[in-house]
Amino acid sequence: MRARLEARREPSRAMRLATPPLAVLLTMVAGAVVFQIMGFDGPAAIHQIFIVPVIDPSHWPDLGVKAAPLIIIAVGLAIGFRANVWNIGAEGQYVFGALAATGVALATWEMEGVWILPAMCLAGLAGGMLYAAVPAFLKTRVGVNEILTSLMLTYVAIQLLYYLMRGPWKDPEGFNFPQSRLFTDWQTLPMVMEDSYIHLGVPISVLIALAVWIVMGRTIVGFEVRLAGLAPAAARHGGFNAKRTVWLCLLAGGGLAGLAGTFEAAGPYGQMVPQFPVGYGFTAIIVAFLGRLHALGIILAGLVLAVSYVGGELAQTAAGLPHAATGMFQAMMLFFLLAVDILVRYRLRFGRPAAAEGSA
Amino acid sequence: MNGVAPRLALSGVTKRFPGVVANRDVAFEVQPGEIHALLGENGAGKSTLVKIIYGVLAADEGEVLWDGAPVRIANPKAARRLGIGMVFQHFSLFDALTVLENIALGMDEAMGRAELSARVDEILETYHLPLDPMREVHTLSVGERQRIEIVRSLIRTPKLLIMDEPTSVLTPQEVERLFEILRQLASEGCSILYISHKLHEIQALCERATILRGGEVVAECDPKIETAKSMAELMIGADLKEVERRAGNEAGEARMTVRGLSLPGEPPFGVDLDEVSLTVRAGEILGIAGVAGNGQNELLAALSGESLAAKAAMIRIDGTDAGRLGPGARRRLGLAAVPEERNGHGAVPEFSLADNAVLTARHRLGLVAAGFVKFAEARAYTERVIRDFSVRTTGPGASAGSLSGGNLQKFIMGREILQAPSVLVVSQPTWGVDAGAAAQIHQALVDLAAGGAAIVVISQDLDELLSLADNLAVINEGRLSAIRPVAETSIEEIGLLMGGVHGEVVEAQGDAR
Repeated sequence: MRARLEARREPSRAMRLATPPLAVLLTMVAGAVVFQIMGFDGPAAIHQIFIVPVIDPSHWPDLGVKAAPLIIIAVGLAIGFRANVWNIGAEGQYVFGALAATGVALATWEMEGVWILPAMCLAGLAGGMLYAAVPAFLKTRVGVNEILTSLMLTYVAIQLLYYLMRGPWKDPEGFNFPQSRLFTDWQTLPMVMEDSYIHLGVPISVLIALAVWIVMGRTIVGFEVRLAGLAPAAARHGGFNAKRTVWLCLLAGGGLAGLAGTFEAAGPYGQMVPQFPVGYGFTAIIVAFLGRLHALGIILAGLVLAVSYVGGELAQTAAGLPHAATGMFQAMMLFFLLAVDILVRYRLRFGRPAAAEGSA
Repeated sequence: MNGVAPRLALSGVTKRFPGVVANRDVAFEVQPGEIHALLGENGAGKSTLVKIIYGVLAADEGEVLWDGAPVRIANPKAARRLGIGMVFQHFSLFDALTVLENIALGMDEAMGRAELSARVDEILETYHLPLDPMREVHTLSVGERQRIEIVRSLIRTPKLLIMDEPTSVLTPQEVERLFEILRQLASEGCSILYISHKLHEIQALCERATILRGGEVVAECDPKIETAKSMAELMIGADLKEVERRAGNEAGEARMTVRGLSLPGEPPFGVDLDEVSLTVRAGEILGIAGVAGNGQNELLAALSGESLAAKAAMIRIDGTDAGRLGPGARRRLGLAAVPEERNGHGAVPEFSLADNAVLTARHRLGLVAAGFVKFAEARAYTERVIRDFSVRTTGPGASAGSLSGGNLQKFIMGREILQAPSVLVVSQPTWGVDAGAAAQIHQALVDLAAGGAAIVVISQDLDELLSLADNLAVINEGRLSAIRPVAETSIEEIGLLMGGVHGEVVEAQGDAR
């Protein structure tokens, strides 16, 4: 008996749906084994990370709040990934968008009005787009790889954040702590329910995912993006401009990342702080792939990754796991997803081949 | 040759792939010194069979006898050790290396440079092959590149040489030279297995032919006795329908005019278009002949709008300057185009047929409203294409990749033709398409022209152009020859033009007119 892989005639639809849950399952098993070996109670750790946040309703609001930015960034990134535009710098666009919104907040600090929050959202959207426009310009004009430029710009955005927090935007009444003023009520997202901390950004993230789903499936823009990823030559033949597609993808990804940053700043944080970038922009890449680059799948995948964040914190207190455990589990998820994806195109067979498959 | 064991004998060879039997119970023999044709349509199983003989694939069942003894050919190296050489349709050469370096790289065991060089010179001399071993490959013509592959396989003095569709990239003169080499090889006792679907070549060259259809041997015949028509019918298993030409068409007014179109090719291997001028009139089919890689793809891209001309006036469609318009705008003016490559250029294999209809029909049929794709209308149009062009498929939802080459080409042609274009530019309309579908496509082109459209057919298949086109031009290294009526043109002249003899012939003709 020996296992071997046999090419499928067509990629399996069932496997496309089955591999993400399979990857999560494998992550849980492998994680339990690894932490057991390291001297922790492996199964208990897994229980804390993956099960408790799901079965204990008191954690559900937290899941929604953690999932919202992941979903918004991931649907934006997925648009680009569908077209083979690899925006890896969502973290930078997230920070830059949030900074743009913070700028509006600080400028309107002594003002009142319902228009202030929408203005911050627009600024966040525009800020993210502007920051993604740099790699778009460099790629379409001089052919620079967007993976490098978008990734490197992330660190520029973070340094800009540090500078602003320690200098021009430091709260004058903040005892010299490097952080901005607290946003006013006009500048923070309202809560959806009384006495919960589910802010308006959470339902909006689901609406954005639904909107992207419709755009990708029903409109000519979605058609263009899917086409550009599958067959660039056919896209040109069909009258689509490849550079326009690159711009569109990067602006969509950047804009949504910037909006997600705005929601975080105007939601859970209520101000801007140097600790603002927590890697949502990078985790969203995992969310996008775990969700199969499909808007509805991304909602589910966003929740799964939110579980790993919330559970990771629980496991730190309950099972004494290190903080790095969360990142490790998230990385394992992507790793296993990529690994088991081979089952989409290949079938696992045991035993001897039915027909001798000679090869050179 | 009686009493001598055949050089190669196959019996009961069967090869299955998931869902399809590529070869079923195939048996045939090749005698020493015989030029044997393996004839069949695309998909008939020729390539699979040859790969089994050359050790690239292993047969599921059956026996291969070599000089009378059963052999197992595990890989191409083993095949070469037996004395089997093969010249593939697609060359594996490094452009930046010299001829000699390329030959050295293809050797199974190392040979000293001086020794190799002497051996190569000897082969070039023996077979009168004009080829400079010191030239870098990127400077060579396709015919010369093929000679490298031939020399490669002759180094080991093969006893069987397999040639897979060797003439598709050659001019008629180059074909004749190749045939002389093959005949000389055969006279020295080397067997040749010649794979093709070009009937007149097989009649000119081969002594025996094995005809494959649907993976099985359907006939063995003497091509010198059979007619081309009878062999074609054996090949496709049905009566061949002749294309019905409309009688005495009067060409109408110019629908598309190209004037002095020059366009640099895309580096590193693109061909520069150089001062291309042509006119196609309503009702006219203009054929553009030429050896592959002489600017055909660049010309199609320039006409379709995928590459833009330097000046708007360089291309006029029905009186409108279109040189600076993109593909969508040109389609709205009435120009439709079908590129040579179906998968990933003319169609997207992963997309459904309906989505593929949206790809190029949305401008003229208004399949997009307020940014939303009208999928229901796209489906309805796709159903019409499937019905009118008898595309064999499960329906508009089937992925384009699930269609056979011929069916996909029928779909693409139908998708463009049913948009009622005023100008249709099509490259290689029947490339890799079975004879039945090819006849159908030819008929559709003739009918479209009869309806008043102007058609440009770019093809490497001279027979196709001679039977289809009213007028003919030849493209060579990005330059287009003068356009001449097919009726007044001989194959020899076209061959010379294809080979790049521009000057005297064309200008002499120009003066004469």
